[in-house]
Amino acid sequence: MAWILAILQTLLFIGGAPLLAGWIKMLKCWLQNRNAPSLLQPYRDLRKLWRKESILPESASWIFTAAPYLVFTVAVLTAAVVPLVAVDLPSARIIDVFGLVGFFALARTFLVLAGMDIGTAFGGMGSSREMTISSLAEPAMLMVVFTLAMSAGTTNLSMGMDYVLDSGLVLRPSFVFALGSLMLVAVAETGRVPVDNPATHLELTMIHEAMILEYSGRYLALMEWASQIKLMLYGVLIANIFFPWYIGRDFSPAALGQGLLAIMLKLALLSVLLALSETLLAKMRIFRVQEYLSFAYLLGVLGMLSHIILEVYYA
Amino acid sequence: MILYLAYLSLLAALLSAGVSLLTDRREYLSCGIKRLRARTAGWLPLSGKTVAWLDRCLEPDFYALLLRHLPFVLLGISGVAAVLVGAVELSGDFSASATLPLGLPWLHWHVRIDALSGFFFCVLGLPLVAVSLFGPGYVREFEDSKAHALAILGFFTGLFVAGMEMVLLADDAFFFMIAWEWMSVASYFLVAYHHEQSASRRASFLYLLMAEIGALCIILGFGVLVAFSGGFTFDALREVQLTPLWASAAFVLALLGFGMKAGLVPIHAWLPEAHPAAPSHISALMSGVMLKIAVYGFLRFIWDLLPEMFWEWGVLVLVTGASSAILGILYALQQQNLKRLLAYSSVENIGIIFTSLGLAIIFFSTGYPQFGALGLLAGLLHCFNHALFKTLLFLGAGCVLHQTHEINLEKMGGLIHRMPKLAALFLVGTLSISALPPLNGFVSEWLTLQAALQATHLESGVLRSLIPTAAAVLALTGALGVACFVKVYGVAFLGLPRSLHIAHAHEVNDMGMLAGPALLALCCVLFGVFPTPLIDGIRGVIEKLTGAVLPNVTALGWLWVTPVDAKMASYSPILVLISLLVAGALCYYLLHRGNYFKPRRAEPWDCGFGGLNARMQYTSGAFSMPVRRIFNPVYKISETLDAQTEDPEHWRVTALKYQFQVEDKSWYALYQPTGQAVTHLARRLGRIQTGSIRTYLGYSFVTLIFLLWVIS
Repeated sequence: MAWILAILQTLLFIGGAPLLAGWIKMLKCWLQNRNAPSLLQPYRDLRKLWRKESILPESASWIFTAAPYLVFTVAVLTAAVVPLVAVDLPSARIIDVFGLVGFFALARTFLVLAGMDIGTAFGGMGSSREMTISSLAEPAMLMVVFTLAMSAGTTNLSMGMDYVLDSGLVLRPSFVFALGSLMLVAVAETGRVPVDNPATHLELTMIHEAMILEYSGRYLALMEWASQIKLMLYGVLIANIFFPWYIGRDFSPAALGQGLLAIMLKLALLSVLLALSETLLAKMRIFRVQEYLSFAYLLGVLGMLSHIILEVYYA
Repeated sequence: MILYLAYLSLLAALLSAGVSLLTDRREYLSCGIKRLRARTAGWLPLSGKTVAWLDRCLEPDFYALLLRHLPFVLLGISGVAAVLVGAVELSGDFSASATLPLGLPWLHWHVRIDALSGFFFCVLGLPLVAVSLFGPGYVREFEDSKAHALAILGFFTGLFVAGMEMVLLADDAFFFMIAWEWMSVASYFLVAYHHEQSASRRASFLYLLMAEIGALCIILGFGVLVAFSGGFTFDALREVQLTPLWASAAFVLALLGFGMKAGLVPIHAWLPEAHPAAPSHISALMSGVMLKIAVYGFLRFIWDLLPEMFWEWGVLVLVTGASSAILGILYALQQQNLKRLLAYSSVENIGIIFTSLGLAIIFFSTGYPQFGALGLLAGLLHCFNHALFKTLLFLGAGCVLHQTHEINLEKMGGLIHRMPKLAALFLVGTLSISALPPLNGFVSEWLTLQAALQATHLESGVLRSLIPTAAAVLALTGALGVACFVKVYGVAFLGLPRSLHIAHAHEVNDMGMLAGPALLALCCVLFGVFPTPLIDGIRGVIEKLTGAVLPNVTALGWLWVTPVDAKMASYSPILVLISLLVAGALCYYLLHRGNYFKPRRAEPWDCGFGGLNARMQYTSGAFSMPVRRIFNPVYKISETLDAQTEDPEHWRVTALKYQFQVEDKSWYALYQPTGQAVTHLARRLGRIQTGSIRTYLGYSFVTLIFLLWVIS
C-alpha cells in the first residue's frame, strides 16, 4: 500500500512539473506586462515535441541517444525519493540527501557527455560551463545538507522533515542561513537567471540550452521534462525541508489531500519569488558566477557555524 | 593452510620473474638441453612424445609466444591465490604466523597473515589478475625492440609483485623494511624501462630518491618503537610503552614515510612523473596497488603497533588528506597527458582515503570507536574500490596507447566509434571514479561523508566545525572529479577525432587486453550494487584490528547499507539499480511504442556557415579553462599567445598559436629550494675535501683521538 502511494506520488510529481513551469512563465509574463500563455502551455509544448521528428547528428554515438532516457529516469528516481505530499513513504529510504546529490551528478554527467558527443563548439562550451558551475554549487549544497543533518541527526529526507515538524515553529539562525544558501544553489543548479537564462537562444550565453542544442523531437521532450522535474524538485526541497507544515503525516485521504494543497500553495508562493528575482535581476557574466556561488557557500558555512555555536548547547 | 596459499602467491610471482629471464635465451636453452640430453641419454631415456614436445617448445615462434604468456600466467596464478587468501581472511578468523629460516642469524624472517593483510591481499589480487590478462597483448610491441628487453620487464614485474606481497606478509620490522625496499627498487627499474627518454630517467631518479627518503623515515619510525621495546618482531613492538612525545615522533615519521609512497601532497612529486613513464600495466599496478600497500603500512603502524592515538594526529591526517584530495584533482583537471592525469587523480583518491583515516583517528582518540570504525570502513572500502577503477582506467589508457601511440588528450576524440568495446568499459571506470550511484565509488565516498557527519557527537567545537569543512572540501573534490573524468571521456572518446592516427584507430584484437578491463568493470558494478558482503568482511577486519564494532551497518540485511542506523541514513544500491532499470525501460517503451519512431540522421547545427570540423571542438585545455581561471592561485600557469599579422597595424590576424603549461606549485615552493639547499650544503662540506693526503691523515688522527676519548 505504502509503495503504491509512493509510486502515485512520483507520478504526481512528474505530471505536475510542467504545470509549475507554466505557472512560473505566467508569473513572469504578468510581471513583465506581457500576455501570458495558458497554464497548460508546457504540456502542449511537450506534446508538440512528442509528435515531431527526432533528428540525430551524424557524429552522435549511443551516448547521445541514451542520455535522454538516463537523464529522465534519474529525474524520476529523484522525484520518487523526495517527499511531496506525505512523509514516511518507503521510497525515501532508498537513498539519502547525499545520494540525491549523487543522482543529480549522474544525470548531469550524461547531459554533459551528450553535449560533447557531437563535436560542435556549443556542446563543449555548455558542458564546460555546466561542470564548472556545478562543481562550485555542490560544496555549498553540501554545507546546507550538513547543517540540516547535524540539527536533525539524519540525512534521510523524510526523517529530517519529521524532525522539523516535531520541533515546532522555532527560529533557528542556522536554518535561515541554510535556506538562503540553498535558494542560491537551486537557482544555479536549475539554470535560472542570474546564472543561466532558460529563455535564451543566443549561443554564446547559453549553458543548459547549449548542451541540448542538438536534441529534437521526443529526445528533446524528455530533456525538457527532466529539467522541469529538477526545477520542481528544488522547489519541493526548499518548501518541505524548511516549511514542512501541513505535509501529510499519515496515509489517510484527508492528510494526503491536505499535503497536496499545502505543497501546491508553497510552490506557488516560491514561484512568485523566483519570477520576481528573474524579472528584477539580469544575467551575470560567467566569471561572476563564482562569486555568487562562493557567497552561497559562505552562507552555508555561517549556517553550520551558527548551529555549532548557538544551538548545540540548547538542543 | 592460509599461509601456504600466500606462499603460493609469492612463489608464483618469483617464478614469473625467473621465467622471464629466459626470454631471448632460446639458443642457450636449446644448446643446453641438447647437451643435457646427450649426457643423460644413457640413464634417462626420454619418450618420443616428450622430445617432440620439447622441440616444439624451442621452435622460435612458439618459444616467443610461450615466454610472452608464461610470466603473465604465473602472475595470474599469484593474483588468484592472493584473492583466495583475501576471501578466506575476510570470511573468518584465520590468522597464521611462521618463522622463515632466512634473514639474520639472530632474527629470522617472521611472517604473519591476519585480517588486515588478508584484505590487502584482496586489493592486490584482483588488479593483478586483470593485469595478467592484459599483459601478454600489451608487451607484444616490446618483443622486437632492442632497447626494451622483455626479460627485464618481466623479471622486475615479478619481483615487484613479490615485494608487495612480502610487505603484506612481514611480521618484523627488519623483514618489513627489506620487503619495502625490494618493492621500491624493483619498481624503480620498471619506471626506468623506457630509459632512452630523458623524462623517464629523470622520473625514475626522482622516484628512487623519494622512495629512499621515505624508507629512511619509516626506518626511523620503527627505530623509535624498537628502541623503547627491545625487539624487532611486531609482537614485541605491540608491547611498546611510549611517552606522547616519542609516540608523536614515530607517528610523524610514519606519516612522512608512508605518505611519501602513497603520494600525499606535498610529498607527491614523484607520482605524476613516475606513473606515466612506466608501461601502462605497470602504471596500473603502481597506482592501483602499490599506493594501497603504503596505506597498509600506515594502518599497520598506527593502529596495530602504536599503543595509543591522539586527536591532534587525526587533525594532521585529515588536513593533509583533504588538501591532497583537492590539490590532486585540481592538477588532474589541467593535465593533457592521460596517464599523468590518472596519476594526479590517484593523489586525489589517496587524499580521500587519508581523510577518512584522519576522521577515524579523531573518533578513536576521543572515545567514539564506533564512528572511528565507520571512518576506517570508508577508508578501506575506498582503497579496494580505487584499486579496481584506477587499474581499469590505466589499462584502458594502455589500450589507447597501444593502438594509437597517443597519450595526449588534445589529439584524441571520437574513439567511441572506433573502439566501442573499450569505450563502454572505460565509461564504467569513469562513472565509478566519479563516485556516481549505483557504482562502487559512490559507496565509499558516501560512507566517508556519513563518517564526517558524526562530528556532531564530538565535544570540541573546533573539531566539530573542522570536520564539516573538510567534508565540504571533499564535496568540492568530488564535483571537480566528475568534471575531470567527464572531460577525459568527452575529449578522448566522444566528439570528432583530432588527429589522423586517432581517426584510423581500431579496437584491440587481443581478447586479453579487453578481458582484463572487463573483469575490473564487472567488479566495479558488482561491488557497487552488492556492497554488503564486502562491507561485512571489512567490518570483521576492523573488529580484529581495533576491537571496535559497527553493529548496524548491514543490520537490515543484504539489501541495505545503514552506516549508523536506519533512522540516520540508508542506501540500497540494488533498489536504485532496479528502479533505474524499470523506469528506464518504461521510458524507452513509451518512447518507442506504437507508431513509427525512427530518428533521422542529419548534419549538426553549424550556425548556417557550414564546414564544421574537429578543430572547432572544445579541447581538453578549453574545457578546464574556467576552473583554471577560478582556482588560478593554485597553479603556476605560463601562457603564450602568438598572433601572426600581415598589416602593420596588426589588425588582420592570419594565424594564432596559443600554448599553455600548468606546473605544480609545490615544485617551486618545496623541491627546488630543498634541492638548492642540499647542493649548497654539499658545496660547503666539499671544502674539507682538500685532496691532500696530509689533511686526511689529520682527520683520521682527530677522529681516533675523539673515539678514544668517547670510549674512555
